Amino acid sequence: MKIILNHREEFLETSNASLTINELLKLKKFSFTRLVVKINGKLVKRENFDLASFSENDNVEIIHMISGG
Amino acid sequence: MEFQKVKTVLKDKTIGIAGCGGLGSNVAVALARVGIGILIIADFDKIEESNLNRQYFFYDQIGQYKAPALKENINRINPNVIVKAHTIKLTPKDILDLYKECNVIVEAFDKAEMKEMIAETVLSELPNKPLVCGVGLAGWGGNELIKVERHDNLYIVGDHISETSEDDPPIAPRVGIVANMMANVVLELLLGKDK
Repeated sequence: MKIILNHREEFLETSNASLTINELLKLKKFSFTRLVVKINGKLVKRENFDLASFSENDNVEIIHMISGG
Repeated sequence: MEFQKVKTVLKDKTIGIAGCGGLGSNVAVALARVGIGILIIADFDKIEESNLNRQYFFYDQIGQYKAPALKENINRINPNVIVKAHTIKLTPKDILDLYKECNVIVEAFDKAEMKEMIAETVLSELPNKPLVCGVGLAGWGGNELIKVERHDNLYIVGDHISETSEDDPPIAPRVGIVANMMANVVLELLLGKDK
């Protein structure tokens, strides 16, 4: 599946037509625990990471929030 | 734009700053120096000696609450800035109550879960409000790694990867760079592009 991930084209190794955010995090092995996630510019809240899905050509943003300030 | 004109535009602007630590105190001081009208600052914590390696406080302020101490320091630099200081641990509701009328909101928390919380709150409840966050500022060096990344109205400033820890502490130069870049993003949002 080809998507835009954080402003860059990304090819995901999957046979599924759509993926949830949690499936993407697992696939990409993203390990930071605090995230801001958007699909096509719309915020996805943490409680919906198992529900919200995207498919071919969608624009996905995963922003890591890490400690320090 | 002449500095006099810059000050005239900024005089009518309100900026909300969530957190008065390394990022918040330095963002606030930079904006105060250029003549921002109103700063709404909030922090629940007191000043400790270990904070003085990066935060805009003085040795004789150790033990004081950060928000009112920062207000005092800001007004010693520029008495014309109206500073509304709140000693409070911000919740999503507080963020909306305190910051919904601001022109720009600055995220200046220490902990990742608080950064996530304010981003979720502002993006879901105030989607048109610019939010400037500091992410990735531990250690020293690596000037060329610090950048601004834009996601619609969310601006992420920092190197995006250097999390603070015992072995990678937050210290003045890098925290100051990120804070001043955040203040610079705020000015660009308020004044328009210059460069």
